[in-house]
Amino acid sequence: MTGALPGVVAAIVGWLAIGVLCILKPHDLRVVRVLFPAGAVIAVALAGIGLAALAAAPQSMVLPLGLPDLPFHLRLDPLAAFFLLLLGSASTCISLFSSGYFRNEEGAAPGLLGLQYHVFLAAMALVLVADDAYVFMIAWETMALASYFLVTTDHRKPAIRSAGYLYLLIAHVGAIAILLCFGVLQGGRGDYTFDAMRGVTLGGIAPSLAFFLALAGFGAKAGLLPLHMWLPEAHPAAPSPVSALMSGVMLKTAIYGMLRVTFDLMHVQLWWWGVAALALGLLTALFGVIFAAVQTDMKRLLAYSSIENIGIIVAAFGLAIVFQANDKPLLAGIALTAALYHSLNHAFFKSLLFLATGSVLHATNERSLGRLGGLIHRMPWVAWLALVGTLAIAGLPPLNGFVSEWLLLQAFLFTPSLPQSFVNMLVPLAAAALVLAVALAAYVMVKFYGVVFLGRPREPALVHAHDAGGLERAALLLLALGCVLLGLIPTNVIGAIDHVNAQLLGTSVRAAGESTWWLLAPVALERSSYSPPIVLVVIVGVVLATMIVVHRVWHGRVRRAPAWDCGFPLQTPRMQDTAEGFGQPIRQVFEPFFHIERHLPSPSDTTPVYFMRASDRLWTWLYVPIARTVEVLARVVGLLQQGRIGVYLGYSFVTLIALLLFVG
Amino acid sequence: MLGALASQILQVAVALALAPLLVGWVDQCRAWLSNRRAPSILLPYRTIHKLFVKDAVVADNASPLFRLAPYVVFGAMACAAAIVPSLGTALPFGTAADTIALVGLFALARVFIALAAMDIGTAFGTLGARREMFIGFLAEPALLMVLFTASLISGSTSLPTIVDTLAHGPLGIYPSLAFAGVAFTMVSLAENARVPIDNPATHLELTMIHEAMLLEYSARHLALLEWASALKLFNYSCIGLALFVPFGVASGANALAILGAAPVLIAKLAVGGALLALIETLSAKLRIFRAPEFLATAFLLAVLAMLVKLLLGA
Amino acid sequence: MSIGTQLINLFAAVLLLLAFAMLAQRRVVSLIDLFAGQGLVLALSTAVVAYTTSQPHLYQSVALTVILKVFLLPWILHRLARKLDVRWEFEGLVNTPTTMLIGIVLVVFAFNLALPISEIASTINRSTLGIAIASVMLSFLMMIVRRKAIPQVIGFLSMENGLFFAATSATYGMPMVVELGIALDVLVGMLILGVFFFQIREQFDSLDLKHLEQLRDEQLARRAPPGLEDLAKPDRELPPETTR
Repeated sequence: MTGALPGVVAAIVGWLAIGVLCILKPHDLRVVRVLFPAGAVIAVALAGIGLAALAAAPQSMVLPLGLPDLPFHLRLDPLAAFFLLLLGSASTCISLFSSGYFRNEEGAAPGLLGLQYHVFLAAMALVLVADDAYVFMIAWETMALASYFLVTTDHRKPAIRSAGYLYLLIAHVGAIAILLCFGVLQGGRGDYTFDAMRGVTLGGIAPSLAFFLALAGFGAKAGLLPLHMWLPEAHPAAPSPVSALMSGVMLKTAIYGMLRVTFDLMHVQLWWWGVAALALGLLTALFGVIFAAVQTDMKRLLAYSSIENIGIIVAAFGLAIVFQANDKPLLAGIALTAALYHSLNHAFFKSLLFLATGSVLHATNERSLGRLGGLIHRMPWVAWLALVGTLAIAGLPPLNGFVSEWLLLQAFLFTPSLPQSFVNMLVPLAAAALVLAVALAAYVMVKFYGVVFLGRPREPALVHAHDAGGLERAALLLLALGCVLLGLIPTNVIGAIDHVNAQLLGTSVRAAGESTWWLLAPVALERSSYSPPIVLVVIVGVVLATMIVVHRVWHGRVRRAPAWDCGFPLQTPRMQDTAEGFGQPIRQVFEPFFHIERHLPSPSDTTPVYFMRASDRLWTWLYVPIARTVEVLARVVGLLQQGRIGVYLGYSFVTLIALLLFVG
Repeated sequence: MLGALASQILQVAVALALAPLLVGWVDQCRAWLSNRRAPSILLPYRTIHKLFVKDAVVADNASPLFRLAPYVVFGAMACAAAIVPSLGTALPFGTAADTIALVGLFALARVFIALAAMDIGTAFGTLGARREMFIGFLAEPALLMVLFTASLISGSTSLPTIVDTLAHGPLGIYPSLAFAGVAFTMVSLAENARVPIDNPATHLELTMIHEAMLLEYSARHLALLEWASALKLFNYSCIGLALFVPFGVASGANALAILGAAPVLIAKLAVGGALLALIETLSAKLRIFRAPEFLATAFLLAVLAMLVKLLLGA
Repeated sequence: MSIGTQLINLFAAVLLLLAFAMLAQRRVVSLIDLFAGQGLVLALSTAVVAYTTSQPHLYQSVALTVILKVFLLPWILHRLARKLDVRWEFEGLVNTPTTMLIGIVLVVFAFNLALPISEIASTINRSTLGIAIASVMLSFLMMIVRRKAIPQVIGFLSMENGLFFAATSATYGMPMVVELGIALDVLVGMLILGVFFFQIREQFDSLDLKHLEQLRDEQLARRAPPGLEDLAKPDRELPPETTR
């Protein structure tokens, strides 16, 4: 596989070329319909390259681009290959979906969207193969900017503009932290290639500083607490395929960054970093899922659910650090495998669900959960495929979400042997928090699916909803198949992930256990095992057998009649639970988490209005004070601004004098 | 291998056959304890048969999901019965699905029944679905933590192996199991729609949880769901018996041992069912917003059980 | 592990379980019963220590514990509760799950605290020291979060139970003189507190300790009349959750 890295470069160039072609005829929809599938073909190729390069030796190349003396260093190793595989496979389906999805009414010309979209894809691919801080930051910033423009597609709405602003702001705070992190990592040598950083041995607090800068910088992109604020604003604002791409793939580049810095560029990992990441991840997971439960906008709900999943991934990452620092490579391998597996799973089911909301949005022009319902009758394709995603994200066997959570729980269960007794005692609490988050995710997903697709239409206009088109169906079908397949062949997936384990931790999970292709046993057969194909076959078998027996022994007669509802005659669709109603118990239990504004009508109101909004306390506790401080500081700095040319010239003159004094 | 498979099939069959009997027994005890004349212990069988014979009435706007759900729920419960050792620990399916998968199967059934309840779009159905998921989000983690405590003791997440260790290993006292036992009792009350949380015999829709979800079901669908909830009670009882009173469970696929385990199981189930009826009679139903407090207590007790296991080493 | 150690571990765990049950229990009468149960477990564990280490003088303290903590004190408390007509405590200052969560954190803390001590201890059951410390802290927590006077007193008494358990598990019991002294202290303290109850009730017509806040400062008390904020708090279950 010597051609792998040039292949990636070719793919990046290809995507850029498609972007340029798109902009040539910005308003012609036919161009989009043809060029997006071409992008999907490139994505398939990239996924193939990623899969092949997983097992291959790392290869690098230098491109004579950029500034003089600062060429582009690129490298393709198993870690990058795994994330390329994730990027390629998810974006294949998303591009396919987009080609049927984008129209002229999105707010920006389809061709322009095509340019931004493909630049976004190319930038993500470049982030993954970058081998020096310079290329990495260029790609990282291009990615942020491209996604910013995609988020503000519908820029005529002020809410979307401000969402985009918040996103850009936090993205740049994060980028600064990453830049500083690279500054620490180069250890004063001034060589910013990753190869040089690998050779540097940092001492003192420098490694910890680098780790926490990376955690903050990449955490801002991933949506870790407390830098998550942009995520529930930006994801719903973007067109659905872009939300899918951001949530499914872009957040994972942040995970990639964390892994790259922690396990590849640094030689030591300290156990308390892991504890910090674990705590932060679990807090984020719980926070995300609790907020998802009270959302009334379907895309916001999914965005909060993304925060939850990122929290789980970061918790697994933290656990991997704890084990690696305590020299337990096998357990670290299981935890890292869980993190990577969950990243891959999340890319599939979250893309599937975001794309399904896109179809719903196009069919109904409605994003608010309170005005949807009963779409399973109008849009059966989307509804049944979304059901697969719903069950997968709820972590139910035998789908893929269950496997990664299973692995992570196994990693937790094998912990009690660490030298830090404090960490030992923390583990059951952490496992409890994880399990709670997962169980709450099931609540959230039942709410999402039940309110959108089941029940009766809450608005009369929903009767005219239509199912998604062929390309969109195909994309959703591929993603749903991916969810099923990733759930059914965990051993093969772990075998692929194992190359990353070997690279980062020097261990192999696949070899240590007693897994066969149908049975997953990461440590030993008598400790734990799970076989999704058998579970699937048995469940399906029992269900079919029950059906046949019931119909044979008794009968299969069915009569249709109006719904009974305990004989209550005057029911209307408005009497179903709304999204608010469904989330109400969670809101009540976790009330201290929310900032709740509520208006209850009094009995004497002639036009009674009920109004409720649960918002994030961190906004008022953290963001507003920071914004105020910045404003005050800006006002102080503003004193320098006199508005007269003479004064500015004076500043320049004083600076010149000072420079001459000190340098001379 | 063949013997193990036979033991597997036998235990699932026993679960399917005995589950309605257990429900009948609990109902009978409840009636006696509240000074009523008890219905026949065979009543659940007659109910299920009657329902199977009837014509199914399905709401006009029901989707296929509504008709599929009872089969999935029943299938999940039957699969769960294949993991839980009732007579013996020779359960090959326990290798394919461990305790985490067991909880996953319960969750699968819960999600499907909740979705089906939302499918018709009636007020009571959605209310039931919401409450069921609400109970589930705390009960499920609590159950998992109880099972984890047992896993830590025996060093395995496979339920048959755990029970083997507890029943046939060197005799030991596990204080952590005391916590786990209390937590498990609380969880199983909640999960099986029993009194402090829900009332299986209620006819008042506003207080229903489990029953509210079944309101739109009739005939064979209802029969399957009733059978499935009886199976759930049977599964929970067997998990509890296997973890906390593991004596008498046969080890390996020994036909004689399994036959010997049958009377022990029936005796244990009879005592357990009577105790359940006693708890139900003695306690009053909680307001729905006391339920999270009850379940959070169970959850935290289960967490404590794990902590105690780590701290005391037993 | 020997069977004695296992039994003591079991009793330690049950003690902790009872401490948590007391945290969660709202009914005063059940609280007193739980306290009696705690005394019984304490007596049993002391008996096991006495048997395994063959220290006959510990049997005397077993007898003392049984008489005092299983019969006498619960009897007095039951009488008090009946006379003062307090059976329920409706809402603690903090809700039960939060209290228990704090309790779990305290357990972790207590065990970390006990770790270095139990490493140097050479007695048969080191790990129980953590539980003893934890149950002392949990009793303290109970005193903090309860509003009514009787649960607070029970908290105080069960704190003494925890200390006693720490003593038996870590050092095979205290000298008899000390033990008798403590027992007498507890009894006298109990009686004095009983007198206080009647005084408090006569003064305020209630055993709610909230009223003691009135003693602090006349002006402050007038600004926030007791009980009014409870009236203003809407019933948590009532608001109709419908849109429009």
